[in-house]
Parts: sequence; C-alpha cells; structure tokens
Amino acid sequence: MLFLNNDLGKAVITLMNIIVVLTPLVGTVFGIMHYYNSREFTELLLAQPLKRSTIFLGQYIGLSLSLSLSLVLGLGLPFLAYGVFQSAAIWQFGSLLLVGVFLTFIFVALAYNMGLSTENKIKGFGYAILIWLTLAIIYDGVFLISLLVFDDYPLDKFALIASLFNPIDLSRILILLKLDISALFGYTGATFKMFLGTNLGMLVAMLVLSLWVVIPAGFILRKAKRKDF
Amino acid sequence: MIEVSGLSKKFGKLEVLNNLDLSIKKGGIFAVLGPNGSGKTTLIKSILGMVIPNSGKIEVSGKSVIGKFEYRENINYLPQIANFPDNLSVNELLRMIKDIRNMPANDIELIALFKLEPYLAKKLGHLSGGTKQKVNLVLAFMFDSELIILDEPTSGLDPISLLRLKSLINEEREKGKTILITSHIISFVEQVAEEIVFLLDGKIYFKGSLNELQEQTGEKDLEHSIALILTENHA
Repeated sequence: MLFLNNDLGKAVITLMNIIVVLTPLVGTVFGIMHYYNSREFTELLLAQPLKRSTIFLGQYIGLSLSLSLSLVLGLGLPFLAYGVFQSAAIWQFGSLLLVGVFLTFIFVALAYNMGLSTENKIKGFGYAILIWLTLAIIYDGVFLISLLVFDDYPLDKFALIASLFNPIDLSRILILLKLDISALFGYTGATFKMFLGTNLGMLVAMLVLSLWVVIPAGFILRKAKRKDF
Repeated sequence: MIEVSGLSKKFGKLEVLNNLDLSIKKGGIFAVLGPNGSGKTTLIKSILGMVIPNSGKIEVSGKSVIGKFEYRENINYLPQIANFPDNLSVNELLRMIKDIRNMPANDIELIALFKLEPYLAKKLGHLSGGTKQKVNLVLAFMFDSELIILDEPTSGLDPISLLRLKSLINEEREKGKTILITSHIISFVEQVAEEIVFLLDGKIYFKGSLNELQEQTGEKDLEHSIALILTENHA
C-alpha cells in the first residue's frame, strides 16, 4: 500500500477501514476460543489460594495485551521501515494503533462475557460472533434506515448518541477527526465535529471507548464471582 | 476441621444438596461415597469455593470460607480429571504452581516416587492419561497442607502407583492430616478409609466407621452394605 501511493494519509484511511472491522473479529474469535480452551485449567487455578478476579482479569488482560502487541508490531514495523517518524502522518498513524488496541480490548471483553454466560461452546461462539456482526454491520444498516425513515426530523442528536453505542463507529470517527478530511466525514462525523469540535470530539470518543472497555470488564468480574465451576 | 451446616445447592430445578450437615474432625481419612448425582463433587467443590452454595455455612478450621480465598493455602486438591494446559511442560506447570503457593514443596521426592523424571520436559498435552494423573498426584501432595481433598484419586493409575498412593495417604495420616477422598472403588475405600460418609440425594445417610456400617446393615462387607442402603432407598 505504501509503495502503491506515497501518501501515508491515504494508507492510514485504507488501513482504518480494514482494522475497524477485522480487529474486532480477531478479538472476538480469539477471546471466545481462549476462554473455552482454558476452562479446565481455570478450574485448577480456582482451587489455589487466588481471587477469582485475579484469575479472570489476568486471562483477559493477558490475551488482550498479546493481541494488541501483535497488532502494533504488525502495523508498526512496515510503517517504521517506510519512515513514518519523518512524516507528519505519525499522529494519524498513532491514532490508528490506539483505536486497534481499544477495539481489541473491547471485543475480547465482550467475547469473554459470552463465554461466561453459557457452558455450551457452540452457543457461546455464536453469541460472540453475533455481537461482532451486529456492531460491525447490522447496527450501521439499522442506523442508515432510520436516517432515511425519519428524514423529516432533526436527527443530529440522535446520530451523535447512536454513534456512542457502537465502538466501531466511534473508532472510525476518532480516526477521521484526527485526519480532519471533511470530505470523508459522513453524517455522524460531521455532527461530532459540529457539536464538539475536533479536539473535544476526540476526547469524548476516547472516553466512551474507555467506558466500552471498563464496563464489559466489570461484567466479566461480576459474572466470574457468581459462577459455579 | 470442616463444619458444614444447612448447605443447599440447586442447579436449575435440580436440588443437588439438600440442607446438608456434616462435621469432619481434624486428623483422619474420610471417604465420601454415594451414587452418581448424590452431590459428592458438589459438596467438595463447595468446600473449595468452586461452587457457590445457595444457602448454608461452611467453616474450615473454625473460619467461614464462603467468598474467601486465603484458606485454600491450607488445602491440597486432586481434581477428578487432570486437566492441564497442553502447551506447558511438567516442569513449567510445577514451577507455576509453586510460584502461586509460595510454600516449600517436596516435589523432587514425589517425582522420584512416581518415576516421572523422563517426562519432566515433555508437554502435558503429549502425556498419557496415567502419567497426567501421576503429575496430578505430585501437585496434590507436594505441599504440606492440613487438609487434602482427593476426588477419584485411583483413576488411570497402574497397580504400583496405586500402592504408592496408598502409602502416601497413610504417611500423611501419620502426620495428623485430614484427608477427604471420594471414590467408587470399594476395595480402595476398604483398605484406606477410617470413616465413611454416605451421601444420597443431597443428604447424609450414614456417617461412621466401616465396622459401624457393617453392624448397622448386617452385611459382611462394604460393597454389600452400600448395595443394601441403595436398594432400600431407591426401591
């Protein structure tokens, strides 16, 4: 991609569209598989003098960190070789990596929640993939349809709030705000920029993404405390 | 050592433990017997904190254990199925458990006893069921804890290892440990146990020594005594 066009900014945009959909999928699949594969070992750990929160948080953070590291290395090394440090696009590229890490943590947490909610591996896998599908594709479809159907009403606030409930949309908005290319904004991005301005908009997006990590992680702890093994 | 009072646990609609009361004194070998579904494993897992009871109290060494974790420093547990991460080697697993417990461990003697030296560097996923069970036993006996819980310890063991297990259990008994064993193998229970706890439908039907059980049922051995209790209560 970098060889095809010498513009780092364009490479970031292309990568963004791939990362924002694929990183959650990878996080979901690895998350749910890791949970079920380590079930029996978890039972061994539960008989040790360890808190349940230590065990489950440890597994969650361990998996999320290693996936994030492979993402950062996988994306970072080619860009480093190309010379991203000499370019102005380094911050845009940084936001891409940040968003990738956020999405990894979010979707591994969601997958873990699905694993904890059912003993049936197939159901658990199904629920986890369904969540990814909903947030990556179906949500946007429903959003677009509602924009069309309720065309006569002022939808700015609705669009703003709707985007807060989807981490994938939020990630796109965050990167686009960083890139600051108005042509690419679309309805939600433009609303963000209009209501909040670029910097506040980015801050709000990052805050909500952090909540998207913390709240599912909190649910993991809550479920783990009450579950029978 | 262990005081259980009013313990109840339901899984969905199935009532597995029904207001169970049990008192296990310090020092001795107790066998928990019962047919499948009687609540043996649920009882043991409740004591270990792996199952969270609906109601009731469990105390180990006089302190309540529900919702706590430190008390497990003083318990060794042998699970019924030895499930280890396939990608770790035996050495790595032992090191990890020793690191978690942070207590002195005599794993070297036990490894020699069960002849596990050739397998130490091998991945756990490549070991046979019997060898994994031996690793399981090393983990269960390597720390010096007052309470040892063994869930079906004989499964997968060859006759020599079975003999070694029995002598290990007796050694720990000599040191004044409390040992709780669940087993379906009547001959093993007859050779090893001092007291029997018989569970049926989530309640205790009998608690006492082997002799007392035989006197009560009028049968000549443990197998027939248990068969009598089962037929009387299931007929």
